[in-house]
Amino acid sequence: MSVKVRIPTQLRSLTGGAGEVTLEGSTLSEVLSALDAAHPGFAGRLFDDDGSLRRFVNVFVADEDVRFLQGLSTPVGEGQTVSIVPAVAGG
Amino acid sequence: MDFVTGLRCRECSRTYPAEALHVCDYCFGPLEVAYDYDAMAVTVTRERIESGPQSIWRYADLLPVTDTAPIDLRTGFTPLVRADRLAAELGLGELWIKNDTVNPTGSFKDRVVSVALTRARELGFKVAACASTGNLANSVAAHAARAGMTSVVFIPKDLELAKVVTTAVYGGYLIAVDGTYDDVNRLCAELASEHPTWAFVNVNLRTYYAEGSKTLAFEVAEQLGWQAPDHVVVPVASGSQLTKIHKGFGELHRVGLLHDEPHVRVSGAQAAGCSPVATAFADGSDAIRPVRPKTIAKSLAIGNPADGWYALETVRQSGGSFAAASDEEILEGIRLLARTEGIFAETAGGVTIACLAKLATSGVVRPDELVVAYVTGNGLKTVEALAGTTGPTATIAPTIEAFASAVEVEGGSHTT
Repeated sequence: MSVKVRIPTQLRSLTGGAGEVTLEGSTLSEVLSALDAAHPGFAGRLFDDDGSLRRFVNVFVADEDVRFLQGLSTPVGEGQTVSIVPAVAGG
Repeated sequence: MDFVTGLRCRECSRTYPAEALHVCDYCFGPLEVAYDYDAMAVTVTRERIESGPQSIWRYADLLPVTDTAPIDLRTGFTPLVRADRLAAELGLGELWIKNDTVNPTGSFKDRVVSVALTRARELGFKVAACASTGNLANSVAAHAARAGMTSVVFIPKDLELAKVVTTAVYGGYLIAVDGTYDDVNRLCAELASEHPTWAFVNVNLRTYYAEGSKTLAFEVAEQLGWQAPDHVVVPVASGSQLTKIHKGFGELHRVGLLHDEPHVRVSGAQAAGCSPVATAFADGSDAIRPVRPKTIAKSLAIGNPADGWYALETVRQSGGSFAAASDEEILEGIRLLARTEGIFAETAGGVTIACLAKLATSGVVRPDELVVAYVTGNGLKTVEALAGTTGPTATIAPTIEAFASAVEVEGGSHTT
């Protein structure tokens, strides 16, 4: 599956400034692994020591918070967009 | 005076310059303003504050701006009123209401916006933006108009009509989004990356914005004769206001304005239809599970609260508690405050009063405590919540007979 991943300002130093990258994967976990393989450093920024998403990182698949879906196991379909968004906003 | 030394990550303590940054590049933790408190303590005095303007700007020394002519609609220094009739109904002793319904645009949001946009202008921004549940929309549009800035305000499309109209009237761009507040917030967090020259007050300017809520603590302490209350009850949406009120009391002591170290118990109030933080508290959990809001308290309808974790930590460490109010309890809270104290609050104020009542009944808020309840939004903004249940006692023909047969006024037979 070809998937678009949107990158927040804070992580664009890892993508050479790109705000969006296209990757392959059929689950969120696979997509984020592909992201770290293509642009080393992402895993350390997104995950805690135990491999779960950091408390202050929100990830959305097709605009839906993955915590309402299946977390890192959430399936990702062809052409869907994954957004990585800092959790600290709003209110 | 400027006592800001920079920004610091609340999680990993990495430091950053005092620019439009809100998130740690490394761990995504929230950035906080760092101050030179020792220098601040030398300058700031009770007399210096008391001779300042009747607004939040009397506390300028403790806020993260340098501009001596801030963007101000005359926000703050709102009434702190002794609420004996409400206290009697709830079985409490010394109870005060911080009446923040009377700010220029009718809510506490004027405090955070005045600070955020003043800082934004200092940093060179010309566009003011935000994600809002309504009160912030009003305030950003109004302050931007006053400052001659362009405003771009994003709201969920199902907001109360009054909040839509009272934002649009100031001009500027008002964008209604087909989704919940959490959808709007996610959109704005992404737009902030695409439009770095816009000041999203609660995204890239959030570090400064949040500091404005400290003035809710500063004013209460000053209005109580420079003492901290024993217990405060605060509504919780993102959780930012609650944590900053607690921080505010601590700062007053740190710079010498309160002689005794404050031990303020902080309790949080949420709507039962959107209570992710109260639920985590009740479960004894550290994980705040996001929820899909379903409540009439739309200004508190944040299902994924950015500062929920810190609000939870503050309440636990201070010995406070949480309560959650149903829609019916919220409406009764609005009516109770109105009929006992003459203050008309919006639905979020109904949440605060309903939760205060619950915490009083359960013995968490005690009659031997000096209690302050924060009522942070004006009832005229959410009149539709009461429509159908609150109206005329009777509708009559214009005759004495019709009146006499329609009602018997309690206490109305007394003559002088």
